[in-house]
Amino acid sequence: MSDPVSAMNGAKFSGLAQVEDSGLQGMITLRGDLASDTLKAAVKAATGADVPASGHVSLSAEGGVAWMSPDELLLLVPYEVVDAKVVDLAEALKGEHALAVNVSDARGVFRLSGDGAREVLAKICPVDMSAEAFKPGQFRRTRMAQVAAAFWLDDDGAFHIVCFRSVAAYVFNLLSVSAHPQSKVGVY
Amino acid sequence: MSTRLAKNGRLIDRSKQIEFTFNGKRMKGYAGDTLASALLANDQMMVGRSFKYHRPRGLVAAGPEEPNALVGLGTGDRFEPNQRATTTELFSGLSAQSQNHWPSLDFDVLAINNKLGRFLTAGFYYKMFIHPRPLWKHVYEPIIRQSAGLGKAPDKELKDADTYEHFYFFADVLVIGGGVAGLQAAKVAAQSGAKVLLLEQHNYWGGRAPVDGGTIEGMEPGAWVEKTLEELRGMDNVTLRDRCMGAGVYDHGYALGYERLTDHAPGQGGPRHRLWRIRASQIVTATGAIERPLSFAGNDIPGVMLAASMRDYAVNWGVTPGQKVVVATNNDDAYRTAIAMHGAGVEVVRVLDTRDSGGGSLMEEVRALGIRVECGRAIAKVKGSKRVTGVAICAQNGEGGAQEEVEADAVAMSGGWSPVVHLWSHCGGKLIWDEAHANFRPDPERPPLGADGNGFVIAAGAANGAAGLADALHDAQTAGEAAANAAGFTPKVGDAPAAEAPEENAMEAVWLMPAKADIKLRMKTWLDYQNDVKVSDVQLAAREGFESVEHTKRYTTLGMATDQGKLSNINGLAILADSLGSEIPQVGTTTFRPPYHPISMGAIGGEARGEIFQPLRKTPMYDWHDSNGADWEPVGQWRRPFAYVRSGESLHDAVNREVKNTRDNLGLLDASTLGKLVVKGPDAGKFLDMMYTNMMSTLKPGKCRYGLMCSENGFLIDDGVVARIDEDTWLCHTTTGGAERIHGHMEEWLQTEWWDWKVYVANVTEQLAQVAVVGPNARKVLEKLNEKAGGGMDLSKEALPFMEWRDGEIGGFKARAYRISFSGELSYEIAVAASDGLAFWTALMEAGQEFGVMPYGTECLHILRAEKGFIMIGDETDGTVIPQDLGLNWALSKKKEDFLGKRAHSRSHMADPDRWQLVGLETVDGSVLPDGAYAVGNGVNANGQKNTIGRVTSTYYSSNLGRGIAMGLVKHGPSRMGEVIEFPGTDGKIYKAKIVDQVFYDKEGEKQNV
Repeated sequence: MSDPVSAMNGAKFSGLAQVEDSGLQGMITLRGDLASDTLKAAVKAATGADVPASGHVSLSAEGGVAWMSPDELLLLVPYEVVDAKVVDLAEALKGEHALAVNVSDARGVFRLSGDGAREVLAKICPVDMSAEAFKPGQFRRTRMAQVAAAFWLDDDGAFHIVCFRSVAAYVFNLLSVSAHPQSKVGVY
Repeated sequence: MSTRLAKNGRLIDRSKQIEFTFNGKRMKGYAGDTLASALLANDQMMVGRSFKYHRPRGLVAAGPEEPNALVGLGTGDRFEPNQRATTTELFSGLSAQSQNHWPSLDFDVLAINNKLGRFLTAGFYYKMFIHPRPLWKHVYEPIIRQSAGLGKAPDKELKDADTYEHFYFFADVLVIGGGVAGLQAAKVAAQSGAKVLLLEQHNYWGGRAPVDGGTIEGMEPGAWVEKTLEELRGMDNVTLRDRCMGAGVYDHGYALGYERLTDHAPGQGGPRHRLWRIRASQIVTATGAIERPLSFAGNDIPGVMLAASMRDYAVNWGVTPGQKVVVATNNDDAYRTAIAMHGAGVEVVRVLDTRDSGGGSLMEEVRALGIRVECGRAIAKVKGSKRVTGVAICAQNGEGGAQEEVEADAVAMSGGWSPVVHLWSHCGGKLIWDEAHANFRPDPERPPLGADGNGFVIAAGAANGAAGLADALHDAQTAGEAAANAAGFTPKVGDAPAAEAPEENAMEAVWLMPAKADIKLRMKTWLDYQNDVKVSDVQLAAREGFESVEHTKRYTTLGMATDQGKLSNINGLAILADSLGSEIPQVGTTTFRPPYHPISMGAIGGEARGEIFQPLRKTPMYDWHDSNGADWEPVGQWRRPFAYVRSGESLHDAVNREVKNTRDNLGLLDASTLGKLVVKGPDAGKFLDMMYTNMMSTLKPGKCRYGLMCSENGFLIDDGVVARIDEDTWLCHTTTGGAERIHGHMEEWLQTEWWDWKVYVANVTEQLAQVAVVGPNARKVLEKLNEKAGGGMDLSKEALPFMEWRDGEIGGFKARAYRISFSGELSYEIAVAASDGLAFWTALMEAGQEFGVMPYGTECLHILRAEKGFIMIGDETDGTVIPQDLGLNWALSKKKEDFLGKRAHSRSHMADPDRWQLVGLETVDGSVLPDGAYAVGNGVNANGQKNTIGRVTSTYYSSNLGRGIAMGLVKHGPSRMGEVIEFPGTDGKIYKAKIVDQVFYDKEGEKQNV
């Protein structure tokens, strides 16, 4: 019966940059002691990636880990296996003070790519989006106009944006308006 | 007459003619014109009328300091009032209207005010209209606003046709101003490797230098500007933006740039304005200087212009305001105007130099051209009304007795130069008085300070008080090096480009022309053109005791117009200082506040308009609700259906239908917005015992408990059902508006007070779609779903009793089912993954058809809970209410040593038996009590008002009971059952209501327990 759909259900816009709903992404909020070897091992086992440095994301073939705060990580796993991963994490972290919870459905995820991507983000996020300042592998929690959002940059130059599900339509429209074909700034 | 010259016009393209209209009249200009230069080319000397006296006014300046030429620009949804003709680039089809006149620019009825001038002095309105008091608001103010006021507001029914945006940018060095000083400072800073952003407000670079002449590195200034721009464009670390004004400087190196993208080409697509939100390590303000008018009688008559602006018009755009020009000056620079006008073929009738000894080599050059120069001379008064017709000449050091009158149709005046110190001053940079140049300039010892206690703004060039080309470039070189250094770079120390310009004699401070002008002249001598403030007004203010410059400003309105006193401030405070027998530096300046020049509201709003004006939070079922008649109610940023209106139904009908159907059959509520916080850890139970007034640590896994939360001051802040998930995990439901707030509340206590407690909190509100399945058929529909799916969790009374929860599958969906009820009916709240929310809701609607299913909205939710006497945070509570007021003492644990709010509850006022208490209210006639109405008792209070003894907190029409029901807080309420009290309504009626128990429906609770 279950046929889950993402908040924007595959929406796309093309202007200065391409905005695409990334579809369903498995995500786990993990809170705990990030310096703990047990936690590091559990994270590696769940995602194939290491605990990243602050302000960064580490990506593996099947997932990744983003640094959210000194005691919080965002684990990226395939949507289909997220429940099993939460159970595995709980098992691996038994005896540790930690919290792992599925937040896959609480989010909207977008891919923003193309030459104008940096400028589009610089219109709505108070972040230095120049190539010198924001490099692949960096992860930033910030404000996107009037809502909270986070994004990372992958090695192919595409940004992956995470926001709350309830404002996914706002964020999609915000990105689309900011990517208006005649609104190129011309600095990045 | 003002006209286009046969030659000159370095900024216009005479091969491209452009048509536009002014007050409906068709006119022609060239590409590169400003609206101001094009108006002059069409002999439109008069561009508006003044604010108070409705005097004819013409162009005084050529840049953003222009006080008079404000127009309404555009039409319809692109109409904008108060646009400066001097900063408006001409475009094909431009349509401008002059302002502040009635019925027409040429003939204005209110110009009679001019004749009444001696009565309309400073403070006139304050003195005249203060009594009787009520008349101000209802009579005087509306009339004055009609007769004064500048442009008209755009049509309120129309929406701005344009779009706007913001842009965040980070630089090591921000240079504001693209004149030669700004260019040089930017180049020096950039050569050190610093990332440089250079902003220029105009659509051309180089500032005044190409007009004023001299040489830089042996080149004409214009050529040097081009060469330097080429160099800057070739550097990767430099960003150049023209049409982008530095609008404001703020703390922490924050600055705003106002970029006008399509003002010169409306409708071309894309955003009209872009607001640059810049963070810079260092800011160089190379914003130039503004020429000051001279204060002589008739200095506001169309045709009187700043000397440098007159030559700007001649050199840049090839226009002249007249054919016979008189130049009046106290410095050498105005001689450049005489030379330029002469060179353009305009007759320069006379140069009047207030200095007995006259000027330097520029004066000699003027004399050599055969122009008559008179030293120690001044303008007694300018003749003319709608334009200059002549000039009366007198001795500067006299009272104005005219010695000669000459025919002239234009006057160029120069009272010296004031550095543009606005951006330096915005964030606290201080000024010093420069006696030699009679101006305030930035005090390099007292710049605006950053977080580290060091200055972060450096003024450069004319903006720093540097006089002359060579000084300005030298100053810019130093500023560029200093900025690079302070930003952490090592500049290549070098010499400023060598510049040559004629030596100039010292200027002479002239604040009144002639120096001893009599009162008749002073009453026609304007300081502030836009707000109609004269020399005599400031002198009157001083006589009346307004000694502070800030008070004088407000009393006379000097410098309070849209130009913010760019021309008038220094002249005005010099007059004030003189009247007070004080020195100018002692009087000081008024405060400089951003923006430097008005910026559009659209730019400030940025992208936030239309669909993205503000974020709307939507549940996964939003679209279904929307296409099924939802009448939306904002709940915080969420939108929730108030009711689902069917065709032919009123909103009220829909609510009543939903209320009845939920009690009789089956209702579905989208409860996804309720906050859901996971609280986990070895200390979670202890923590929740502190957070809630009742005991949560003793709750057994699988069970639910209703809980109350108080602030540390004891007031009720939230409520909701808490479920214990496992040994060290709880799930706390909050109100819809409480999710983020209570999450923050918990984190604050965990991070600041109980940082050593092992508890983690996660907000999973949006992970889950939650549906309340309510009514006698609730179990049936869920069982049917399970049946269709071939099995699922056992939802029987025995397997899932009231106030318990289970995990499992319902209808094939992974779900968590809670047996909780906010309606008094048999009720399940089912949580599924948000991504399954719509599918689950749809499945329930389909399966529920045979059971009479209807979705219901928030109003039905409220009525159902009010029928049961359940409180609602935000209705029964308002931040002043404690649980005891609501009869919720049972939820205040006596066993616990402590919880947030416990100590506050023992304070005398909290334990006062006179506190208003929750009761039910039943109108005597069955009508609905007005919401928020107050009950009145006997006697009156100290203000002579009736004493109040209670108020309505919730009030509804109950279709189940066929009457109005309400809850309220009433003094001694619970002990006054049966008593009838009175609620005067705002409609003049008195509503009588009986005090009753607040549970109106199913007091025994039989319906939910099946």
